[in-house]
Amino acid sequence: MNREDFLMYKNNPNLIYLDNGATTFKPKCVIDAILEYYTKYTANSHRGDYDISLKVDELYEDTREVVRKFINAKSSKEIIFTKGTTDSLNIIVFSFMRYYLQKDDEVLITKAEHASNVLPWFELEKEIGIKVKFIPLNENHEVTLDNIKKVVTPRTKVISLAYVTNVIGDIRPIKEISNYAHQNNILVCIDGAQSVPHMKTDVIDDDIDFLAFSGHKMLGPTGIGVLYAKLKYLELFKPLLYGGGMNSRFESTKEIEYKELPLRLEAGTSNIEGVLGLRSAILYLEKIGITKIHEYEQELRAYLIKGLKEIPNITVYNEFSKSGIVVFNINDIFAEDTSRFLNHYHICVRAGNHCTKMVKEEIGVKNTCRVSLYLYNTKEELDKLIEVLKDNKKIFDVIL
Amino acid sequence: MDNNFKRELIIDNCRNPFHKKSMNEDDFIKANTHNESCIDNIDLYVKLKDGIIEDAYFDGEACAITTSATSIMLKNIIGKTPEEARTLMNEYYKMLNEENYDSSKLGEFNVYQDISKQPNRKKCAILPFQTLEKTFKIYESENK
Repeated sequence: MNREDFLMYKNNPNLIYLDNGATTFKPKCVIDAILEYYTKYTANSHRGDYDISLKVDELYEDTREVVRKFINAKSSKEIIFTKGTTDSLNIIVFSFMRYYLQKDDEVLITKAEHASNVLPWFELEKEIGIKVKFIPLNENHEVTLDNIKKVVTPRTKVISLAYVTNVIGDIRPIKEISNYAHQNNILVCIDGAQSVPHMKTDVIDDDIDFLAFSGHKMLGPTGIGVLYAKLKYLELFKPLLYGGGMNSRFESTKEIEYKELPLRLEAGTSNIEGVLGLRSAILYLEKIGITKIHEYEQELRAYLIKGLKEIPNITVYNEFSKSGIVVFNINDIFAEDTSRFLNHYHICVRAGNHCTKMVKEEIGVKNTCRVSLYLYNTKEELDKLIEVLKDNKKIFDVIL
Repeated sequence: MDNNFKRELIIDNCRNPFHKKSMNEDDFIKANTHNESCIDNIDLYVKLKDGIIEDAYFDGEACAITTSATSIMLKNIIGKTPEEARTLMNEYYKMLNEENYDSSKLGEFNVYQDISKQPNRKKCAILPFQTLEKTFKIYESENK
């Protein structure tokens, strides 16, 4: 849907882009928003008393409100702009968890998490002696509440999960998990990189304590992301960066006063073009309807799975997941050779471990090809993918 | 070299690689090279004795180019000194870098004569020798 809004297709009419889990194309309105900032009202934010600076302030703070509505947060003070999901998760871990958690407190993750929801925790384990434990996954490599209950102990303080995993693509039952977690005084931290762009996010309904996501995976620019935290926790975040934009006053006597939230956690000149681009991206997604996008991706996914299953030497590893992610291999062919084969036909898929290096212990293969869908993909594109894959006998004639 | 013949040789080295198995024994030096731009992941096991490569194996997951190039490399270095292996490597690199080279010295390596046209595949083709060099460095530091 809406392909005409994406200039990438105008400039690359034969391109079949199926790597939306990595990043997404930008609609013209997002590019225009950035262009307008640099051609009509370039100014720093929260600094000036002149019209164009005030205009930037207005749009910058309105973006916070747009994000708040998009994820249904209570207050726009709970929205912090960051560089992206990785940045947001690191801030959660090193600005808050480092002080909130104590030695031997337990954090539960899974082996299907992205590196960004693993390595900060591993580092904190080394630094202050928390224990990072893995929730066992079921036979479909999914998280269930029963499996969580098996590993929760009185020392469990945090459950940190992707809402949708970037390889298996399963949608986790977060509402059910946070309900149980909160009954047991456990905080819930969510990596929303693969969910926020594709399905309705409601931090109140799901009772999420912390949420991280990126702009560029939801039609926005790179280098901009969001950190959401419930205000009572966000108030306790100790800034990782000090300097301009986050202080109210400081004296040579070392008397310092920092700004209120959210600016206290946004030191330095912000990524203003990123914020304004994100604003435009969210407004665009809302205009189409995020639920409609989710349903469309489901339809495309079912169509693709059906096609792939008709090819005898292809293994699909996540047939039953409900997101727009499909992982597969041509049997006995290295994933990267498959992606190079597809590239010959201008089909972009991702090959590798997708930054999820522990998932091999779950699905039994190290490397896979991943198709990740978005609103602008079509059944015709998937027909072409299936047609090429059906003809995979000639892979070596093509790539060698 | 005819293109079909080249392709068959690569596929044959890929499907029936020479000395592909783990060799976690004390007298083998092990080195791993991740290719940073892709997902090839090769472990190389080299047994050096009295300045000679007495035996060598490899294991891991890699693309057709890396797998076949490692297989071909192992066929060509066993029984040689590290210096002789490096001489071979230099000739091979000359070919990959489109410099003047002596194809008579390269044997099966000639299958990669066109790889210089695909810069991202060149990295796959040099991965085995990069890993081999690591084992030599370990050997040399242990036998100073």
